Amino acid sequence: MDYKDYYKVMGVERNATQDDIKRAYRKLARKYHPDVSKEAGAEVKFKELGEAYEVLKDPEKRAAYDQLGSNWRAGQDFQPPPGWGAGFEQRGGMPDNEADFSDFFETLFARSGSARRAAAGASGAGVHLRGQDHHAQVLIDLEDAYRGATRTLTLRMPEIDAQGHMVTRERTLQVQIPKGVRAGQHIRLVGQGAPGLGEGGSGDLYLEIAFNPHGIYRVEGRDVFVDLPLAPWEAALGAEVQAPTPDGLVELKIPPTTAPGRRLRLKGRGIPGATPGDLYVVTQIVLPPADTDAARAAYQRLHSEFSKFNPRAHLKQGAKA
Amino acid sequence: MSTFDTTTPLRGIVLEEQVDISIDDLCAVCRVERTQIVHLVEEGVIEPLPAMRSAAPCAQWRFSGETLSRARRAVRLQRDLELNAAATALVLDLLDQIDALRRGAQV
Repeated sequence: MDYKDYYKVMGVERNATQDDIKRAYRKLARKYHPDVSKEAGAEVKFKELGEAYEVLKDPEKRAAYDQLGSNWRAGQDFQPPPGWGAGFEQRGGMPDNEADFSDFFETLFARSGSARRAAAGASGAGVHLRGQDHHAQVLIDLEDAYRGATRTLTLRMPEIDAQGHMVTRERTLQVQIPKGVRAGQHIRLVGQGAPGLGEGGSGDLYLEIAFNPHGIYRVEGRDVFVDLPLAPWEAALGAEVQAPTPDGLVELKIPPTTAPGRRLRLKGRGIPGATPGDLYVVTQIVLPPADTDAARAAYQRLHSEFSKFNPRAHLKQGAKA
Repeated sequence: MSTFDTTTPLRGIVLEEQVDISIDDLCAVCRVERTQIVHLVEEGVIEPLPAMRSAAPCAQWRFSGETLSRARRAVRLQRDLELNAAATALVLDLLDQIDALRRGAQV
């Protein structure tokens, strides 16, 4: 088990006041909150931070942690000293998201928690409680939303075993991803959450859909966008080209004098559904490289044919002499 | 221990506009009390479906399935950053604006 340096995680000195700790937590929480931050690894950082704060904000837990001494370094292999925890009365409740905390945290602080839960379970004759709902995110490909798919998910769920210990059980589920789902939507699987207590029914499992980033498509709600590169003559003269869609290639008519950045809408070719989304083909113009004499000569001919053409004509008015 | 269900894949219900949920469903999923959901509604963070909004007691409110994501996000922010409902409303609105700007820059 790795030692966790909670002071380092929070960026405070070991002698920081409770106010310093609170301030540091607030500041870092705003920075790394997964709902706010787009930084890579924000979620992991935020979890570490939550665990560190859980210990340091509580004077009793902090005192217990400090008792380990300051000679430990983060990541060092750690075993709790003999007789650990004997002298501490922990009355504080456990946080809601306790299952996410590290083994290090569990070993130091979770014993009273499991014991309490075991006691609740033992005295629970006649108590009926519905099991908790569970949440998980499912990453699917955009193509799955067009066709529907079956996904195999492996979920790790905390459970209380017969001896009252917290154990993590792995569960593998096959789930039907229906056609037409969109990012941010939830799929509710009734009765697949945590088992209830007594005759209380199981909770539900909620799967939140998210898309894997795609190499060529961008998704906005129901609509899908794809960049379509064109040669200058195709854009100028019009052309029939093939454009990719998640459903396969389509023939697309490019009108003459198509400007770069123009959106051509393919109605109903977005994510399917009762009101299907649209597919937008965004035109780009790609210049052939002038890397041979023949190519350079072709550009020269273009230049002499268009000697009056000034692409910057509209900039002249605003510019000062 | 691991269990593997090799039989037919599970089929769930997609919570979208057509599916509506009660305030108690929302409370259960977000693990909060009714009052917290009422505060979020009062601040305009989430909205009950129009048919239910006018003067109906909160026990009768129905929400669109898509409200769920927003409500969960709001509750997480409130809990983790110790925000009140008004600040949460502001944060979510600003995050929406940032998302729109990002998309605009990309598309």
